[in-house]
Amino acid sequence: MNGWTTASLWLAVLSSGLYHGVNPGMGWPLAVSAAWMGEGRRELLPALAALAAGHFLAMAVILLPFAAMAALVTWEREIRGGAGLAVLGVGILLLANRRHPRFLARIEPTRLAFWSFAAATAHGAGLMLVPIYLGLCRPERLDDGHRAAGALMAGNAAVAVQVAAAHAVVMIVSGGVLALAVHAWLGPQYIRRAWFNLDVAWPLSLVLVGGIGLAASVSGT
Amino acid sequence: MTMRPDPTFYATPRLAMEAPPEKHAYALMLSGDFSQPDGLAVIDVDPASKTCGSIVYTVMMPNRGDEFHHFGWNACSSALSPLTGHAFLERRYLIIPGMRSSRIYVIDTRPDPTQASIHKIIEPEEIFRKTGYSRPHTIHCGPEGIYVSTLGGGGADGTQGPPGIFILDCQTFEVLGRWEIDRGPQDKHYDFWWNLPRDYMVSSEWALPPQFENGIVPEDLLSNKYGHRLHFWDLRARRNVQTIDLGANHQMALEVRPAHDPVKEYGFVGVVVDTTNLEGSIWTWWRQGGSFHCRKTATIPPEPASKDILPPLLQGFEAVPPLVTDIDLSLDDRFLYVSCWGTGEMRQYDVSDPMAPRLAGSVHIGGIARRTKHPGGVDFQGGPQMVEISRDGRRVYWTNSLYSTWDDQFYPRGIPGAMVKANAGANGGLELDPNFFVEFPKGYRSHQIRLEGGDCSTDSFCYPSV
Repeated sequence: MNGWTTASLWLAVLSSGLYHGVNPGMGWPLAVSAAWMGEGRRELLPALAALAAGHFLAMAVILLPFAAMAALVTWEREIRGGAGLAVLGVGILLLANRRHPRFLARIEPTRLAFWSFAAATAHGAGLMLVPIYLGLCRPERLDDGHRAAGALMAGNAAVAVQVAAAHAVVMIVSGGVLALAVHAWLGPQYIRRAWFNLDVAWPLSLVLVGGIGLAASVSGT
Repeated sequence: MTMRPDPTFYATPRLAMEAPPEKHAYALMLSGDFSQPDGLAVIDVDPASKTCGSIVYTVMMPNRGDEFHHFGWNACSSALSPLTGHAFLERRYLIIPGMRSSRIYVIDTRPDPTQASIHKIIEPEEIFRKTGYSRPHTIHCGPEGIYVSTLGGGGADGTQGPPGIFILDCQTFEVLGRWEIDRGPQDKHYDFWWNLPRDYMVSSEWALPPQFENGIVPEDLLSNKYGHRLHFWDLRARRNVQTIDLGANHQMALEVRPAHDPVKEYGFVGVVVDTTNLEGSIWTWWRQGGSFHCRKTATIPPEPASKDILPPLLQGFEAVPPLVTDIDLSLDDRFLYVSCWGTGEMRQYDVSDPMAPRLAGSVHIGGIARRTKHPGGVDFQGGPQMVEISRDGRRVYWTNSLYSTWDDQFYPRGIPGAMVKANAGANGGLELDPNFFVEFPKGYRSHQIRLEGGDCSTDSFCYPSV
């Protein structure tokens, strides 16, 4: 992701947040359900917070190991290439096996944060951010003071947390706006209308992001 | 692959009630003497159609002696919860267990009900080998796939080990294995249902296979050896968390009907017969303060009858027990329909107050002693048995057979298969439609009914009616 500007990469982080957020499969209807089952609109917030926390964690646990790796500046290109390839591979795997992991059905409905974490992880949601994140970590984007290995690693970790947080915030704000709209105005009939089958589009998104990451690393330096 | 969820999935019970009315019904056909294969009848129930009230198509099975009883859909409205993870399944396949053979048929109802066909057959050996259970019975689609309750354990007579529930894969229909991790004291099985967002299941008890396969065992009944308990389960943890004994005289707790609206934490169960007084009863169970409770909330008295019109089994009592064999709850949780298979009555209770059911309507048809004719003028043998309510709650359909060997004991004159329809008033009241009487082919009895697009005993809803 050489020719991409920092701004466009951040835009990609935010758009992927929107993409995940509006997808009912990432959980916003559960917040609506909590509000309808419980004491009304104020129950939206804790449910959304739990979903956001789980999603943020799912992003962070994928990105942080790359933060450490990205500090190996000399291998930077190979790491980006490998990560792109891995994301592309997971996309192809998910495309070939579109079965929903059954263990997710064992998670109790009250454990929303854990469910959100597990659902995002199982569907490779965090991986979608890896190539974008590695683009943001390219050494030339950092000032001289941050190029020492230790500082670099800390800097990368900070960027990873920022990426995960920005993504999760957009995710939960977009999902939250939908949840609030369905709860307050659109009504339960909107829940069926909100579902679009992403069984193919979702893994293709991984293939696309992984492919771009791979291509950028090959043509990069 | 579909891009949008099946239009027959509804987020809430109210949305399901507002959906267009059913045009086809499916009913199971069983050969009472096992001389012919069992089948699935597709019935036209569209009042605008010329063939309304008749069987327009049948799917016959390649085996004999399956004894069809209950059946269910591969997918329902519960798919709209992100927790189930299968929003794009279609309500397309009917899962039909053979209760005597332990074989399961998967019937594809596409492209049209009148072109239904066998999609897959699960042979009994696969079920025995993978689950140790036998005699599959009730089907519900849920979070982990398709749940199948069984009435028998292992061995030839199904008594080696307790019966339980197993899971079928919701896409491949492969038997995945036993569901229970800790069954507690549960050693008999019948029906089960649940509240998905509240994460609990309720199951009931009928009997062990030697107590029903060759007919009802009067000594076992009079010594209260049939099932009389309810089991409450932690659904995701697959653990029995509480067992409530209704009292040993309350023999055979059968259909479990939780309120459809998941915000309500109560439901009903029907008890076939009280051995102290031959009453049938309705019980209301509820959850409060983290534990479950259950109380008898309605009773139906037996009716005296002279010895000479009674089958040998009942002659000593000189009375007909109501025999509450099926109950069904309308989608608005307002009317509970109660089949009195013995006395030949369909009762409609207003259960707006679930703790105080109020009789709102009733029709008589058939019956061991009454033998009430259908208002269309035809004889109706047997009594009201498997009952199904349209989604909008305005039409109630039922058939007349209970179970092959039991039919012969209670109705020795035979029970030719029939299905009738009653119209229900918006605020109660029940009236048989004189023009609707489905006759089944000669030698066939009829059992459970399913309605195209879902009905009142298949769908589990994950969002409350708001």
